[in-house]
Amino acid sequence: MELLLDYPTLRVIWWALMGVLLIGFALTDGFDLGVAALLPFVGRTDAERRQVINTIGPTWEGNQVWFILGGGAIFAAWPMVYAVSFSGFYLAMFLVLSALILRPVGFKYRSKRPDPRWRAFWDWGLFVGGFVPALVFGVAVGNVLQGVPFRLDSDLRSFYEGTFLGLFTPFTLVCGLLSVAMLLTHGAAWLTIKADHGPVRDRARAIGSVTALASLVLFAVGFAFVRFGGLGFSLDAGADIAGPSNPLRSGAFAAPGAWLHNYSLYPWMIAAPVLGFLGSALAFLGIRMGREALAFGGSSMGALGIIATVGLSMFPFILPSSIDARSSLTVWNASSSHLTLFIMLVVTVIFLPIVLAYTAWVFKVLWGRVTLDSLRTNPDLY
Amino acid sequence: MDLAVVELSRLQFALTAMYHFLFVPLTLGLSFMLVIMESLYVMTGRQIWRTVTRFWATIFGINFVLGVATGITMEFEFGTNWSYFSHYVGDIFGAPLAIEGLMAFFLEATFVGLMFFGWDKLSKLAHLGVTFMVALGSNLSALWILIANGWMQNPVGAAFNPRTMRMEIVDFQAVLFNPVAQAKFVHAVSAGYVLAAVVVLGISAYYLLKERHRAFAIRSFTVAAAFGLAASLSVVVLGDESGYALTDNQKMKLAALEAMWETEPAPAGLTLFGLPNLETRSTGSEIKIPYVLGLIATRSFDQEVEGILDLVAVAETRIESGVIAYDAVERLKTDPENLAARAQYEAHKNDLGYAMLLRRYVDDPRQADAAAISTAAWDTVPNVPLMFWSFRIMAGIGFLMVAFFATAFVLASMRRYETRWFLRLAVLIIPLPWIAAELGWVLAEVGRQPWAIEGVLPTFLGTSSLTVPQLWTTIIGFTVFYGILAIVEVGLILHTIKKGPYAKSEDQHPVDEPAGPIPVAAE
Repeated sequence: MELLLDYPTLRVIWWALMGVLLIGFALTDGFDLGVAALLPFVGRTDAERRQVINTIGPTWEGNQVWFILGGGAIFAAWPMVYAVSFSGFYLAMFLVLSALILRPVGFKYRSKRPDPRWRAFWDWGLFVGGFVPALVFGVAVGNVLQGVPFRLDSDLRSFYEGTFLGLFTPFTLVCGLLSVAMLLTHGAAWLTIKADHGPVRDRARAIGSVTALASLVLFAVGFAFVRFGGLGFSLDAGADIAGPSNPLRSGAFAAPGAWLHNYSLYPWMIAAPVLGFLGSALAFLGIRMGREALAFGGSSMGALGIIATVGLSMFPFILPSSIDARSSLTVWNASSSHLTLFIMLVVTVIFLPIVLAYTAWVFKVLWGRVTLDSLRTNPDLY
Repeated sequence: MDLAVVELSRLQFALTAMYHFLFVPLTLGLSFMLVIMESLYVMTGRQIWRTVTRFWATIFGINFVLGVATGITMEFEFGTNWSYFSHYVGDIFGAPLAIEGLMAFFLEATFVGLMFFGWDKLSKLAHLGVTFMVALGSNLSALWILIANGWMQNPVGAAFNPRTMRMEIVDFQAVLFNPVAQAKFVHAVSAGYVLAAVVVLGISAYYLLKERHRAFAIRSFTVAAAFGLAASLSVVVLGDESGYALTDNQKMKLAALEAMWETEPAPAGLTLFGLPNLETRSTGSEIKIPYVLGLIATRSFDQEVEGILDLVAVAETRIESGVIAYDAVERLKTDPENLAARAQYEAHKNDLGYAMLLRRYVDDPRQADAAAISTAAWDTVPNVPLMFWSFRIMAGIGFLMVAFFATAFVLASMRRYETRWFLRLAVLIIPLPWIAAELGWVLAEVGRQPWAIEGVLPTFLGTSSLTVPQLWTTIIGFTVFYGILAIVEVGLILHTIKKGPYAKSEDQHPVDEPAGPIPVAAE
């Protein structure tokens, strides 16, 4: 069957779409994670904490679908990546899933009883639900950049040879902290928009300006690790970019420092780290000056730039193997079949705009600040 | 191969999936009941229907979050615990899961917040539209999940590709319009509607017994009676449709749930009762209804229904043929252009999965002896007594539900809301649809064993390369965590029921409205 787009093009499109989904997740559910992690610190009284929760109460559920959809789309478009990464990061995934499960129940169940101990329990549950995923996602990305200890046998069954504690190295911790700082900044920026003028907003600004600066510094430290720690992998010249998806024919090798090669190969890619730094700086200024649009725009741009930097630096690698380089998963060897990629693209082109349209409508209906007053008068609020 | 890893992986999947499905059916059914109740509010403008809608929405919300929370685990569990499965069939199986997220779950999750928080931000009609989107989203979600599951039962539209060592899609339409998926979808969502109707009816009956919130309770009673009657009829009739779909592609499942060892000559009789015996491979004390199975399974009086012994013999020949395909694939691994190996593969490719059944006993199926082949052929028989009894209990509850809702409907039509024996029964019966729904999944999933993908990939090959301690960590973790959440959930629902429909300040209603005309019930 002749399809409208050739196989390599579809692979690149789906690689980009994976990035779009991850960035979509970071920009939407990212501020929910940030707000949840900030909850015990920016809200001191029950009323303040309710105010914080209600800034994201009606919308976090839809935002979380970016994460679910990310999982589903990786399964559909990059089944090998889905299979190897989630089974390899087994206990880390369990930690993330458990933390994420705390969130829906925390939001809903906290408000059902007035008992302060009950509420305090769920407050810390929500904190865990925001902080742990933010940290573990960052640590996971750090591990991917380092290379993951897996190999494939001739049936393409994957074997993971790392340990849970082995996930935490100085570099991956920097990545984890960067992720936390980035999402806390994003959450603080959201609170400057949604919380009315008062103690919650003030505390969010105080914390947010520190985390925005921390994002800047940690992003730079991450770069230093990549540059001087010699991280990177390369592909043999002449990789068959239209061949069947079988990683064992990849011809990949460890190439210290190679993660920075793309920037000389394709100079336009420098836009990504520039956006990462610039966005974080603007977020700092916006939060500092109390300019909500600048703060949120900046933190969004920063998250976009930082995530795009990781993807672009590694291209065409998706999941390099640190113990058996030729098992590495790349854009050219780990995708679904040509037909599946095409069908999924058609579905995405039809439905993603619809999703964006109704999401925008819902945010518009719910537009406006959550005030301490509204908590007293509106019985629907958490 | 470490069979402990296989068994523990299955245990964890069964636990998390069955737990997830405690919450899903109520979401599926209650969301549409909310649409009906809110439509009545919009049409009549009467405040009481708003109260009805909002109370059931509160119950819906408490249940919904756990459905979502446990669904997160499911979306990733194929990758974490069934990594080889994910690689082997992700090209087909991943697509419906991704489309579910994009088309259905986004819809449901984006609008559900507005459903709860948008009462004073939207017009009545717009809010009804939002509630409808939630119902549509959750039901579409079930459609895509059952398309994925239907493909595991009946893997159409796909072929193994030796170059990528996995199944790949060849005909997406076949996957989409898989008859097994269609039958399962309608059966499963109808079961959800029945379950929700039982819950609404049971809680309303409780209020009527306690003589509380009468105006609220009789309206809820009436909606549930009508909705439940339609849904329970649909479950039974469409369950029969799944039985018909089974005969084409899962003969073994049908034979197992009937504990039918020998082929039944036409017209086959349906076993009402019996005692399946695994040792003697026979079923004792059978009570049979003549003709019925033939009618259900073949829609005819002149076709036979194959028994377990004959199906095992078929499996044995397919294993032998599969070994030849396996040999060809091994040769193609090192030499993809080998034409002889290609031809050999093409001739036997449909049986490749059967050869893999041997990997439970030998690393290389080509080395298997006759004894191993015979044992592997017997492995294709699922757990017969479990299937036999699960089916009878599930179907029994199904028929009971039809009678129950028919009675409820008659009582509601005659406005006899004080029939106390029925009200008590309505409270007691609440757990039954859950039992039936879970047993339905037992039939579907245990009945497919030893296959993860029927005839394509044995379950034991689908696991991740995990260790026993890792699996115990997550099994214990999930069990404790889920257990606590279940206790909290049940506690909150009971608390909500106790507080009643007028708990929220603005719905404060000192005296119940007099029972006015109820538009749903036939007068």
